[in-house]
Amino acid sequence: MVAQARLILLGRLEDVAGTAELAVAPGLLDAILAELPADWALALRDPRVRLALNGNLLAPDATITLIAGDELAFLPPVSGG
Amino acid sequence: MRDVRIEPSAFDPAAELARFAASVPSAGGIVSFLGQVRCDDGVEALEIRHYPPLTLPGFHALADSTAARWPLDGLLLIHRVGMMQPGEPIVLVAAAARHRRDAFAATDHVMDHLKSASWLWKRERTASGWRWIEPREDDHEDLMRWD
Repeated sequence: MVAQARLILLGRLEDVAGTAELAVAPGLLDAILAELPADWALALRDPRVRLALNGNLLAPDATITLIAGDELAFLPPVSGG
Repeated sequence: MRDVRIEPSAFDPAAELARFAASVPSAGGIVSFLGQVRCDDGVEALEIRHYPPLTLPGFHALADSTAARWPLDGLLLIHRVGMMQPGEPIVLVAAAARHRRDAFAATDHVMDHLKSASWLWKRERTASGWRWIEPREDDHEDLMRWD
């Protein structure tokens, strides 16, 4: 079995995909998203969605390659406490 | 005295505040803010989600920036996550200081940042189902007050 990376979906993104967590094959994020249903990929690529790799926020235009064990979180706009 | 926490289940604001007050005997004043789930607009339940790697570190960074800006004897920040019913406490913030104005300002500052710049996602259930809450423009304007 190939070790995988995880996508964590927060807020409304969880409803789009119907799950809070996706296991994916490591690789370029663009290639990973291209494998997902089009409406999921569209929601995840929303420019308002910030990304955090292993708990660290990424710059908006970072090129991302996931390796096995990575956790990439998709953070839609927050709604406050 | 700093107490910054994420609570996955109901908490007792009065007991928390009493404990906080007892821990800051040198403070001349304590200002607190309690946020609770509204009962009046058809909301049957509220759920707040967080992302542990970011949310609590973000709260600590907010406590740091607040303590750097006002001379405080103590700061309390308790935020619920998970499912809540109308009337349940969501957030309790309290600041203790020698002088009341510092405590008022620090509490206000923490709340404005929690409302618009913390890693929390909120959805509510009404008769028509669950709905995620989008950011409010007012919350961003409140945040600009502190720049």
